[in-house]
Amino acid sequence: MTQSQLDPTPRPATAGATLLEVDDLHVEFRQRSGVVNAVNGVSYTLAEGETLAILGESGSGKSVSAQAIMGILDVPPAVVRGAIRFEGRDLLQMSEEDQRQVRGPGISMIFQDALSSLNPVYSVGWQIGEMFRVHQGASRKEAKQKAIELMDRVRIPAAAKRVNDYPHQFSGGMRQRVMIAMAIALDPRILIADEPTTALDVTVQAQVMDLLKDLQRETGMGLILITHDLGVVNEVADRVAVMYAGRIVERGTVDDVFTDAGHPYTEGLMNSVPQVEAKGGRLQPIVGQPPNLAAIPSGCPFHPRCARRRLGAEAAPGRDCAVDVPPLRLVAPGREAACHYSEEVLGV
Amino acid sequence: MDTGPPTCAGPHPRGNMGRYVARRLLLTIPVLLGASVLIFSMVYALPGDPIRALAGDRPVSPAVVKVLTERFHLDDPLWIQYWEYLKGLFQGDLGTDFRGRPVLDTIERTLPVTIRLTIVAVVFEIVIGLTAGVLAGIRRNSFFDNLVLVSTTVIVSIPILVLAFLAQLTFGLKLGWFPIAGTREGWYGYVLPGLVLASGSLAYVARLTRTSIAENMRADYVRTAKAKGLPRSRIIVRHTLRNSLIPVVTFIGADIGALLGGAIVTETVFNLPGIGREVFDSIQAQEGAVVVGIVTLMVFFFIFFNLVVDVLYAVLDPRIRYD
Repeated sequence: MTQSQLDPTPRPATAGATLLEVDDLHVEFRQRSGVVNAVNGVSYTLAEGETLAILGESGSGKSVSAQAIMGILDVPPAVVRGAIRFEGRDLLQMSEEDQRQVRGPGISMIFQDALSSLNPVYSVGWQIGEMFRVHQGASRKEAKQKAIELMDRVRIPAAAKRVNDYPHQFSGGMRQRVMIAMAIALDPRILIADEPTTALDVTVQAQVMDLLKDLQRETGMGLILITHDLGVVNEVADRVAVMYAGRIVERGTVDDVFTDAGHPYTEGLMNSVPQVEAKGGRLQPIVGQPPNLAAIPSGCPFHPRCARRRLGAEAAPGRDCAVDVPPLRLVAPGREAACHYSEEVLGV
Repeated sequence: MDTGPPTCAGPHPRGNMGRYVARRLLLTIPVLLGASVLIFSMVYALPGDPIRALAGDRPVSPAVVKVLTERFHLDDPLWIQYWEYLKGLFQGDLGTDFRGRPVLDTIERTLPVTIRLTIVAVVFEIVIGLTAGVLAGIRRNSFFDNLVLVSTTVIVSIPILVLAFLAQLTFGLKLGWFPIAGTREGWYGYVLPGLVLASGSLAYVARLTRTSIAENMRADYVRTAKAKGLPRSRIIVRHTLRNSLIPVVTFIGADIGALLGGAIVTETVFNLPGIGREVFDSIQAQEGAVVVGIVTLMVFFFIFFNLVVDVLYAVLDPRIRYD
């Protein structure tokens, strides 16, 4: 399958070879109460040096799809289908051992809450150094030395002094830097950042995002940024994929999507954010609740909350929002949206 | 005075553990004194006449009664008796029983039996309880997990007296695998009573470990460990087990303190001359000095092992500091 079929959005000029191709990814959790369809046919690609933002609210499947790429969805056990090709090799077809060796040097991940994501009983130096000890067989001493270098690189002050400190002795921003140091230790080709700044103060958020961008410039790694923060997306991402109910509902370059949304859900997201120009006006929330992933609505999963929905006689043939599932389709050059009436939303 | 458990997290590590331990040890002195006063007054309040209890059904001449009463200060008020006891205590003398045997000798005779029984019981707790808990926790809802859940429930619900007799009858008498009672066969004779004594705690350790492991397997830092590409064995041992053991070690430590207090039922059923049986016999015989001496020692063990646990906390969990 060619890249353009999976993901036709134009790339930035700086982007290099394709690193990752996610092809029709499905993730479901089988529980006693029923099947939870967390991810329902997601496809995207990521190139070297590129930043792809995956935007969505809680329960949209953005984190789960990232964890499926990492292959760390075993508690609770998930069923993962589709293909995840990293440098051409399908991770889902690999042995567990081969997959494990991709984690760290190939793809690595940082998480939202650095305090709970770091092990409280080991020093940060030990935890960073573990990457070298396990993947490269480094000695304790070498590992510690490299940990200090990494802590320097992510701009943790007095790294040599703090290498033996424990996670709880660091501030939130410094802890996230420790996570980043650990994730970039083996120069991964891809870094997945799952809400890396959500738990941080605004000023610290900016510092951490700057650090990630600088590291990306140095190493040329591909960055997948999972977030619900539109501001972060606008600042750092090249392209954006908006997820809803485990599907990508809209995709394009950040400039395009943010200028003129092609899906009512994206439109709703943009309207729910305060804007300088619209000072004094009221924010418009998206009415209703995110869908229950164990019982996703028929047709377009967004239709119960959509102001533009057309049902029954109102709808064009084969485009009833409550019946027909809208495919993700090209709606403008380099723009895709999964809405029957996307052209209206775009206002073309 | 703060003898509570250590407090949590601050920007500076550990605090001063040496000072913490010293202060806690000093604090055991008033606690032990208080405990001995309580025990002393309870023994004093016991109904009946110890001299008559000593003599059994035989008549005692008034002269003997008079001599004994004076020697043991039996007619003096409580506080004078206690004062006499304390005076002896500070000279390293725990007093004598009514037969004139020093209490210290009695402790020296019975304590090793209880220590051996405790060691065997703790080994069972660690080896069986911990292993079962770890395996069940790693494979939750597996057959083995359910087996552990059911068997621990059964064990906990059977009174130790019943369990002791059942074990004695089955493994001692019918199968003949273990000595029925007594200490003549050395350590081997402690295996069956040790297992019976450990059973309750063993079941608790298994369940505690299971829950703790299962909880930690879902922890964010275990997810991180997976994302780091660590091998499964390392994820379990270094990132799950280590963190899961904190509550288990705490429990086992406190349990050692309790087990050293002797096990009246187990020691009686298996005829082990340990400290638990001794204190039971002494209560019946109204041997005040023996009861006070041994029970105070039990209290000391309990306090001491709780202190050990509190210190171990900090070794296992760097978030805890002392000050």
